[in-house]
Amino acid sequence: MKKIMIDPITRLEGHGKIAIFLNDDGGVANVYFQVPELRGFEKFSEGRPAEDMPQITQRICGVCPEAHHMASTKALDNLFHVEPTSAAKKLRELLYSSFYVTDHTTHFYILAAPDFIMGPDAAPAERNILGVIGKVGLELGGAVIRTRHENHWVIQTIGGRPIHPCFGLPGGVSRPINEEEREKIEKIAKSSVEFGKLSLKVFDDVVLKNKDYLDMVLSDTFTHRTYYMGLVNENNKVNFYDGQVRVVDPEGKEFCKYAPRDYLEHVAEHVEPWTYLKFPYLKNVGWKGFVDGNDSGVYRATPLSRLNAADGMTTPLAQEEYEKMYSTLGGKPAHFTLATHWARLVELLYAAERMVELVQDPEITSTDIRNIPTAKPDEGVGIVEAPRGTLTHHYITDERGLIEKCNLIVGTTNNYAAFYMSVKKAAEDLIKPGKKITEGLLNRIEMAWRPYDLCLACATHSLPGQLPLEVTIYDAQGNELEKLTQGIS
Amino acid sequence: MAKLKIALYWAASCGGCEIATLAIGEKILQLAEAADIVFWPVGIDVKYADVEKMPDNSIDACLFNGAIRTSENEHIAKLLRAKSKVMIAYGSCSYEGCIPGLSNFYNRQMTFDRAYVETPSTDNPEKVYPQTKVKVPEGELDIPEFYDTVKTLAQTVDVDYFVPGCPPEEKTTWLALEALITGNLPAKGTVISHSIKSVCDECPRRKEEKKIKKFYRPYEIVPEPEKCLLEQGLLCYGIATRGGCGALCPQANMPCTGCYGPVEGVIDQGAHFLSAISSIIDSNDPGEIERILDDIPDPAGTFYRYSLPDSLLRRARIK
Repeated sequence: MKKIMIDPITRLEGHGKIAIFLNDDGGVANVYFQVPELRGFEKFSEGRPAEDMPQITQRICGVCPEAHHMASTKALDNLFHVEPTSAAKKLRELLYSSFYVTDHTTHFYILAAPDFIMGPDAAPAERNILGVIGKVGLELGGAVIRTRHENHWVIQTIGGRPIHPCFGLPGGVSRPINEEEREKIEKIAKSSVEFGKLSLKVFDDVVLKNKDYLDMVLSDTFTHRTYYMGLVNENNKVNFYDGQVRVVDPEGKEFCKYAPRDYLEHVAEHVEPWTYLKFPYLKNVGWKGFVDGNDSGVYRATPLSRLNAADGMTTPLAQEEYEKMYSTLGGKPAHFTLATHWARLVELLYAAERMVELVQDPEITSTDIRNIPTAKPDEGVGIVEAPRGTLTHHYITDERGLIEKCNLIVGTTNNYAAFYMSVKKAAEDLIKPGKKITEGLLNRIEMAWRPYDLCLACATHSLPGQLPLEVTIYDAQGNELEKLTQGIS
Repeated sequence: MAKLKIALYWAASCGGCEIATLAIGEKILQLAEAADIVFWPVGIDVKYADVEKMPDNSIDACLFNGAIRTSENEHIAKLLRAKSKVMIAYGSCSYEGCIPGLSNFYNRQMTFDRAYVETPSTDNPEKVYPQTKVKVPEGELDIPEFYDTVKTLAQTVDVDYFVPGCPPEEKTTWLALEALITGNLPAKGTVISHSIKSVCDECPRRKEEKKIKKFYRPYEIVPEPEKCLLEQGLLCYGIATRGGCGALCPQANMPCTGCYGPVEGVIDQGAHFLSAISSIIDSNDPGEIERILDDIPDPAGTFYRYSLPDSLLRRARIK
């Protein structure tokens, strides 16, 4: 039996490995997606003061530390039985929306766009952000860099530090913003809205007006019928910072809706011996292996999943785009994995619009930003939507507020079974007996997992180019037959 | 002049150091003019096998971030050391072990038990643990070995320079890169930062007399905006932490947590902080001193927040 190894998958933190086993006739026998890394946060958090957890757990990921910082801070509100002040909640959500703008921008332009703008069969040396800028113009390239840079300034101003913020406390945040800062953030928010609109126009021009791409988006190779998860507000509209977790079934019907504290009634995790990462699934459906459909507990928690799981967006421009997306895709829920890129841009626009709403709120410069907890700490759960999926932090402490138990279900982890299945299906559909394995073919397999914006320990994805692969094909005796590489040279 | 050859690598880390490297902004162009990046898994498509083929000492400098947590981390550290003339431990994880180094309070089995069996969402009645080699119907799969103890880079290979911070601030990163580009390298073993003194030295908060009767936890009080946090009873680590960051956390009303490592000349940052704290406790009564110290709920995990693997303690003994 032949074995194709893709190792290491670079531009993923945690050095993911993919092994594709071929039958003797050259078809795919099986695929394994391995995560060869663990750092042990759930254990070494034990004994630490609970209030330090936002700064400890964000070291899980230097790309999305804001998500861990926020889930952890919310777990502390719950643990210390303290409600943050209204201004503190708004400052948290303002930072969080700004973070979403930067994160989604990075993913779309640097990782996803090269495939569509340059084309999946373009030379690898062109299929990267530099190629994208060359094709769509320096002006857009400049806007990408400016949007990221300005929103990083917002994160540092509110959060205290540019990477690994320090502002979260149970009951509030550590510092207010002044009017001068507010005005500057308002300008950035408004230009982020313009950038969001521009990005959707780019998607429209490049993908939607190209029949080949649209056919690929709608093709069975890139489709899975699964459950979908996302955080919603009281009106079942998308919210990244707060609300209840809603899950819809493959037909789009509400399967369950739960408050953060009840997450254990709904989600469980499966262990396999060949990887360090666990596979979450819906407990009330059950683990049935790596299969989709109504009888399998596999769910997805991605930008598209959040839109599938909600009834709409709270901001006008994003709502318009939401409606347009579903009417083009033929209704809700949409099972097309590649449409995740589109959903991400709808979310980018929403995050920017939400920034404007929050920064124009008269309360945003209030100095009433702390409620001091008075109750004894015991147990708390905090959930936010990380860009890569629903993020759950759960802590149990002693009465001094020292962590006794910690459980974390991290963004990308939610999707482990799903992106594994997506890669497997693409490999099975594309690698056929007698068919030459080309670089473009491998890139199409890669396109199956790129929509998930993998962040295996959480991944980084902020650099030029696209995810390179190395595939080595072995014959039945383990001899190397052929080696293919792709990526920027 | 020939362009420098630079390698960047991450071992057990969060990716924040990669983002920090990019944070030098437009100076990236200056870097690109002076140096070629020959290995950077996160950014360019060069694989381990390509590095193995490079002659020894053919890379001018390697910026290595992340601690040594698995057999793969150790293997790559040794490989890159052999290929590089200058090895730089970049960021707190490779320099001191950092927050993932808190894992040295426990061991592999305890970490696995928690992750794969005990956690309340885990459904694993058969107690399946990840294995370094697993036979599957189609063949064999392997993953690297997870070590009992987190090690720093200098505990694994010879290191020439250290860049502190979790992550290093933009100006600290540039100080190191500028030294490489200009060839103006400091003495071997130097910790590259703008300051050899403490964070207090660059903190704008007003300092008066440090006499502590009670320690508070950050959620318990709202500190006065201008006054030294330590003098207000918050356990601010600035006094025993190298400067160079610009005292960002104290300016956001939060205590320094020590991420820039020890000040110049100090071997054990935790012991230094402990002795500094002991000297400012405002009491001579042993009972009262004990009560005051009781307000620090997790002394080991606080004093060694970033430096346990690099400290004299290194790890907890597990019975």
